[in-house]
Amino acid sequence: PPSQDGDVERHLSLQLQGALSGGPAREEAEEAEEEAGAAAAAAAAAAFLCPAAGCGQTFSTSESYEHHYALLHREVCASCKRSFPSAHLLDTHLLEWHDSLFRLMAERRDMYQCLVESCAEKFKSSKDRKDHLIKVHQYPADFRFDKPVKSKSTKTMTPPSRDHSVPMDVNIEACERSPGDAMETGPSETAADQAPQPGMENTPVSPPSVTQLPRPRIPPSICFGQGATRGFRSRKKRV
Amino acid sequence: MLSPASAASSGLAGRRRWGRGCTVEELRARRREREAALRSARRLQQLVSKRLLREDELIEDVCVGTDSGTTAPVSEQEVAELLSNAHKGTEERIKSLRRLRWGLQHKETQQTFIRLEGSMRVLIGLFTSNLADLQMEAARCLHELSHAQDPEVVEACLPATSYLLTYLSGHSTALMELCLYTLGNLAVETKVVKKQLLPQGIIPVLASCMQSPHLAVQEGAGYALSQLLQSKEAAEEIIPLVLGSGLSQHMLRLVCSDLEQGMGVAVEFAWCLHYIICSRVNNSLLVSQRTLPTLGQLLVALASTMTTTTPAEGLELLVCPVVRCVSNLLAEDEPCSGELQAQAECLLRAVFVFIRSFLPRHLFIVQECLWLLNNLTADDPALCSALLSPDLFPSLLQLLHCQKASVLVLTVLCNVAAKGPAHCQALHQKAGLPFLLGALALSDDQAVNQVLELAHLLFLHWPEAAIGFVDHSGLQALERHRDNLLLREKVEALIRIASQLAAPPQDCPLEASAEDL
Repeated sequence: PPSQDGDVERHLSLQLQGALSGGPAREEAEEAEEEAGAAAAAAAAAAFLCPAAGCGQTFSTSESYEHHYALLHREVCASCKRSFPSAHLLDTHLLEWHDSLFRLMAERRDMYQCLVESCAEKFKSSKDRKDHLIKVHQYPADFRFDKPVKSKSTKTMTPPSRDHSVPMDVNIEACERSPGDAMETGPSETAADQAPQPGMENTPVSPPSVTQLPRPRIPPSICFGQGATRGFRSRKKRV
Repeated sequence: MLSPASAASSGLAGRRRWGRGCTVEELRARRREREAALRSARRLQQLVSKRLLREDELIEDVCVGTDSGTTAPVSEQEVAELLSNAHKGTEERIKSLRRLRWGLQHKETQQTFIRLEGSMRVLIGLFTSNLADLQMEAARCLHELSHAQDPEVVEACLPATSYLLTYLSGHSTALMELCLYTLGNLAVETKVVKKQLLPQGIIPVLASCMQSPHLAVQEGAGYALSQLLQSKEAAEEIIPLVLGSGLSQHMLRLVCSDLEQGMGVAVEFAWCLHYIICSRVNNSLLVSQRTLPTLGQLLVALASTMTTTTPAEGLELLVCPVVRCVSNLLAEDEPCSGELQAQAECLLRAVFVFIRSFLPRHLFIVQECLWLLNNLTADDPALCSALLSPDLFPSLLQLLHCQKASVLVLTVLCNVAAKGPAHCQALHQKAGLPFLLGALALSDDQAVNQVLELAHLLFLHWPEAAIGFVDHSGLQALERHRDNLLLREKVEALIRIASQLAAPPQDCPLEASAEDL
């Protein structure tokens, strides 16, 4: 246009829009909520109790409760209790660690899907995938959500570490409260689940035999409430 | 006629707090200061801003709740202590991070932080931990860092981008919002975008955020996208990717979505569309998606609400990019203005509603509107006639004496005059000689140049105008500009033409003298 005053106005508004969180409507709502929250807090100490089994944490605001729930109880592996930041990462984890056919299939074709959801590539091994993540997607070599499921001896079972060389792991307290929650926690199932099952048929597309699967507590296709722990489900053949 | 995208390069944005404690005077002074900085940056083609999400009560909390020194930078030793995890309960660690975040508002602390060995690693560790409150606080620290002016600080955040993007696929709205604004701030550094954000798949992730039912997430995605789209490299690398992912249609939908609730969303995506359109990467695609009639319809609807109710706060920030999008699409070579046919006159009237409502507070909207008026009237005789109607035309003429608008007003009048004798006759009747003489008295060379153009068109198509002009000492008014080197040639040619036309009929062919111009 003949003038760029409009651009100046746009940038002024960006810079001066401090202290807001998602538009005026939301701000008002939050203020109202804050007031209500303060009143409620005066009446009863802890307003929000996390309903997830074995959690029992309390929260003073609905926001912090919502955030906690989303972080810890939305995408959780039923077998090893690890929680994941996204459905894609949980699916990948379930497939690779709790699908007994996975190893067999991975021998025949590339099965390790890229952790970047928009990337369709698959790899022969998690090592190849890791190289791809680092090379193509510029992921850090120690990408936190690509760590193998460890056997019983887990870091999180050890007392809070003073070791500054491993400062990335910050899950101590949650473990104290609910040992199963930590992302770094190893599987609660035995390692046998992860090992290839020697006696199984090696047709990659056949649905897994139910008896040999770790049994999820809840049917895999069903989610309760805001989301629930998910167990293994067959990803290979869905009609 | 296409507007240049405001190019982004090194950071201009500074940090200002916008707390509730500021007086109106302080805010005004701050605004003036910012505006001056932005204007000079605009001249250098470096319009870059970052947005800061910050909760007031938290600031006050830290300010009031703790003792002195909260506003001072934090020493290296203290940064190290604040980050250390040993022997601390969660509550204590959250407090430490809050203190760190407060410190990170200072350049000095930012420098201390990024130079401290392993600090970013620890912060990312906290950010990816499964302790919800701690994670949020760490995310806020990252957000403060992303808001830094220094590119070095921004680059120090590179190791966090894969996680920031990962959490965008999660379910925590508050965290997603924070991640989106952090990524949007980081996107100001081209290096970060090229090296990390694009390979890590920011475009598909933002695309999924656009589908979120939460307005705050939608708006954050819009902000992050607008930051990506206005960068210098956008036309080569980003815009093709965005168009290829089919995002333009979703953007259009969000611009036109529920304005009462999601004004912020609409503003962000309107700017996104503007940056895409003025890049001209693939405007035929946007035309095929009916962007022009859809946005035209939006403007008409906005104008009609403005006539009945008081305009919503900040509406000008939406009208501006939408008007630009429409103007730019009208200026495309391929004839897409046909799509507007039915609503063109409604749009014309809407433009006048905007002009009247936004004057005098938001002059910049008037400029945008006049530019749209120019593009609307350029090839459309019917709209030129509509413009001459008594309920619109006087408003246009009034703008002549608005310093920033006069050239544009005259350009629009030239569009009308160029349509031939009938339009010139009407123009002559309605604007009249006093208008022309008044315009000649303007002090702006560019404006006077445009008046000469207009007068020439008028005389050419409607010689009566020339006669009146000479009778009312128009030639003397022209003489005054003879000394102006830039205008001299045109002035002299026009004096010649006017004198010839005003003189009793002779054999002098009009066309010959017209060619002098």
